[in-house]
Amino acid sequence: MTEGTRPFPDDVAEDFEAPPLTAEDREGREIEVRPVGMDDKEAIAEMYDAFDQEDRAQGIPPANPTRVRDWLDTLLGDGLNVAAWDDDRVAGHSTLVPDGEGAYELAIFVLQDYQGAGIGRTLLEAMLGHGQAEGVECVWLSVERWNRRAIGLYETIGFENYGRERFEQEMSIRLLPEGDGEGCCDGPPEREGF
Amino acid sequence: MKILLGFAGTDQSMRALEKTLERVRGTGDDLTIALFETPEGPDDVAEFYGIVEECCGDAGVDFEVRELEGDPGSSIVTLAEQGGFDRIVMGGGETSPMGKIRLGPTTEFVLLNATTTVTLVR
Repeated sequence: MTEGTRPFPDDVAEDFEAPPLTAEDREGREIEVRPVGMDDKEAIAEMYDAFDQEDRAQGIPPANPTRVRDWLDTLLGDGLNVAAWDDDRVAGHSTLVPDGEGAYELAIFVLQDYQGAGIGRTLLEAMLGHGQAEGVECVWLSVERWNRRAIGLYETIGFENYGRERFEQEMSIRLLPEGDGEGCCDGPPEREGF
Repeated sequence: MKILLGFAGTDQSMRALEKTLERVRGTGDDLTIALFETPEGPDDVAEFYGIVEECCGDAGVDFEVRELEGDPGSSIVTLAEQGGFDRIVMGGGETSPMGKIRLGPTTEFVLLNATTTVTLVR
């Protein structure tokens, strides 16, 4: 971020449908997406217990069951969360965590059995719709640079790249017009430390 | 072994310093501490030189100090090569609000450009 520039786009994203909503995935499975909270922690934790470690990104989800549950305490306690359900099984989870500067950091994970069936896009749009309904104005994320599939999805939804050449790509989106939500402060925080 | 520790006065730097002192106390490695400023850390090197001196004193470890000027990443890499160091140690791995591990610009530069072995302390 260079001085004086705001890394959140000026243009506002489209209106996304707020959950709960249902969609049929490309495998013909009926998927329900709805906001989730602490009551759903164990069901979400079980998804992460079954998660393929190859799909971890930047150290999350944590690799052991205890740390998964500690991590979920933070996300479910501090953030906004939605999950994609196949009956009573969690197939995907997305979260918006406040960054302490007014904006929110986004993450999304889809269980391997459910990847490539369109659930990621449905879940992501539902997460952003939930965010809009709750007054979230600005959202950012970081994604590993090699993860072209995820970056492509974020781009079609309206995320824009910002930041420098790094191991991870950083992207952001404006969900609500300036002043209509919680604000953005001056954008995603500069990294601390080294 | 000759160790070069990068120190910017941040929490990550403190962890790296503590881990390095633990090791050096046992091995008797040769320790040089390179002080540099980051936008987020204390902006006065003299301010955190005192911390370094105190920690090393408490640990009973001798060290040399170098103050880096200019771009810290390239200064560390250059110093490591010219000074014949065997290892660079740095703090590495801040976590985002979400818990994602991310590397700062100095660490990333050092990892990509150093011909010396690099240890990141988490």
